[in-house]
Amino acid sequence: MVKTIIEKVWDRHVVTEEEGKPDLLYIDLHLLHEVTSPQAFEGLRLAGRQVRRPERCYATMDHNVPTRNIETVSDPTAQKQMTTLEKNCEEFGIELAHMTHPDQGIVHIIGPELGLTQPGRTIVCGDSHTSTHGAFGAIAFGIGTSEVEHVLSTQTLWQRRPKTMEVKISGELGAGVTAKDVILAVIAKFGIDVGTGHIIEFTGEAIRNLSMEERMTICNMSIEAGAKAGLISPDETTVEYLRGRRHVPEGAAFETAAAEWLALATDEGAAYDTTLNLDAADIEPFVTWGTNPAMGTGISGHVPYSSDYASSSDKEALKKAIAYMGLEEGMPLSDISIQHVFIGSCTNARLSDLRAAAAIVEGQHVHPTVTAIVVPGSRSVKRLAEQEGLDEVFIAAGFEWRESGCSMCLAMNDDVVPAGERCASTSNRNFEGRQGTGARTHLVSPAMAAAAAIAGRFTDIRKVPVLQD
Amino acid sequence: MEPINVVTSLMTPLDRKNVDTDQIISKEFLKRIERTGFGKYLFYHWRFDSEGNANTEFILNDARFESSQILVADENFGCGSSREHAPWAILDYGFRVVIAPGFADIFYNNCFKNGILPIRLAQSEINSLLADGQKTPIELTVNLEHQTVTRIDTEDILSFDIDPYSRQMLLNGWDEISLTFQYEDKITAYEERMAR
Ligand code: SF4
Repeated sequence: MVKTIIEKVWDRHVVTEEEGKPDLLYIDLHLLHEVTSPQAFEGLRLAGRQVRRPERCYATMDHNVPTRNIETVSDPTAQKQMTTLEKNCEEFGIELAHMTHPDQGIVHIIGPELGLTQPGRTIVCGDSHTSTHGAFGAIAFGIGTSEVEHVLSTQTLWQRRPKTMEVKISGELGAGVTAKDVILAVIAKFGIDVGTGHIIEFTGEAIRNLSMEERMTICNMSIEAGAKAGLISPDETTVEYLRGRRHVPEGAAFETAAAEWLALATDEGAAYDTTLNLDAADIEPFVTWGTNPAMGTGISGHVPYSSDYASSSDKEALKKAIAYMGLEEGMPLSDISIQHVFIGSCTNARLSDLRAAAAIVEGQHVHPTVTAIVVPGSRSVKRLAEQEGLDEVFIAAGFEWRESGCSMCLAMNDDVVPAGERCASTSNRNFEGRQGTGARTHLVSPAMAAAAAIAGRFTDIRKVPVLQD
Repeated sequence: MEPINVVTSLMTPLDRKNVDTDQIISKEFLKRIERTGFGKYLFYHWRFDSEGNANTEFILNDARFESSQILVADENFGCGSSREHAPWAILDYGFRVVIAPGFADIFYNNCFKNGILPIRLAQSEINSLLADGQKTPIELTVNLEHQTVTRIDTEDILSFDIDPYSRQMLLNGWDEISLTFQYEDKITAYEERMAR
């Protein structure tokens, strides 16, 4: 029988199925961080339970870590979360990339880097952007803290079998159009809850042509389309990315594993519950103007008019969003000036993202009214970028070069956008207050963020000279 | 977990779509390592201005709804992050039931682990609850066993779907982990099969 990768991976992990119940699904890899785990460990302790398979867990510190001076966490409650994670990992025998460890980084960036993320695995983490790991052909999804506790003690989860959705991007992307623009375009076109109850598989020529890092950007934001998870069938690109990574098999065992991974790909003719199509040629560099990731459009566009919407609740939503964002109906996106630029987060803080941004800013200078920071996604990304001299390019252009962590993506640490100010951000959420109380977030690709830093306003990356030669 | 079956209370009409978890519980309140005490931070930036004064326009600050245990909102409630602090805040504030046309998946799952009953009703039913409930407070009786929501004013009985497993969990207040331990031998057998 022909099957999608979603069904293949799911079926392999079903421990038991019973009438009237969700499936009991085995979890291969459990990633942990300091914010959503303390209450789960406390639950274990109170019930006198153990961690069933500590070797299938891996923890890091990312959400709260300072990016300026990692030796001092200024907030005592944040410090307590880190110390608590450290104690919990020690007590239950879980490997931890401490804030000061060379492998530290955002949980969704280090999983793939270390080769923990592999095709065919079930991967969970108490974090919604766990969908990132789906880029490798894994079923990876975010869970709440009670489920974290459940996985710690049983290595399983009760899960209803999700529906399957194909999002097919056909054709080729234009110059200056990136993976970030693709996923923002998908969400803008189909809506922030189109994927509810589904796992999305991204297919099509445009997806096949993407690197692993770009595929991670796409899968990362499948949660912003409401999907349980997003994934991409493994191919040679996947295999080559994984070859030689720390936690993957070596030698002949690698070749065996690679053959198994490739066999997971969706079979020709397999059916999905739903298929959505988008033509790559229709996608422009994107900018969000509103307060959820679907409120965005191409850089040549403008903030919508309320007359563009039929329903009164949509008109109301537009009004609320642009009042919060301090924008007017019909305003061209290229007229919006910004005060902050954040290049970072699990969406866009890998080496290729930093390279793309550096290519734009090289030899230029950040606009005098703009504060711009680069926060590499992991310490490994930071080291590699420094070996290439990207740090010098950014610093010479007037960017701050920081230590790795979630940083201004959710502003739990000191990296906060002040109320009423506007930030071009490579992160994934533009909700009210996400980057600071009253802060206004516009989601863009790294190249678009870099160009905005130089120009002081949004600008069409396709018209920036460096891209034209 | 507290079992839940029948809840009778005034409903709080929160007439917003796509209420995200960042609004339900803002990130500055995620640093605590306990499960309790989040209620005072629920919808914090909608309830209070930057000086900490109550925003009188916001529905939760309307004294009539003070002891309400039922929150009614528009579509895609709970979208965004996986933070279980969101249901913890809702429960700690005093709500046991959230009614909406649809919920984001992770939030929906998180409710069941905490003794909160999330109910999906048709958009048209929600529209009238929200519209009428903002004019005059409406009392509802939610009955999980019968899978009904009764409007006391009109005597309308609305029925809802819920999967039998989640319903059982809530009615009995079961601890899911203890339940899963009964499958220990199956989990071990699975691990052995995979190791071969
Ligand atoms: S970078 Fe942002 S989205 Fe990613 S894990 Fe950290 S806080 Fe979450």
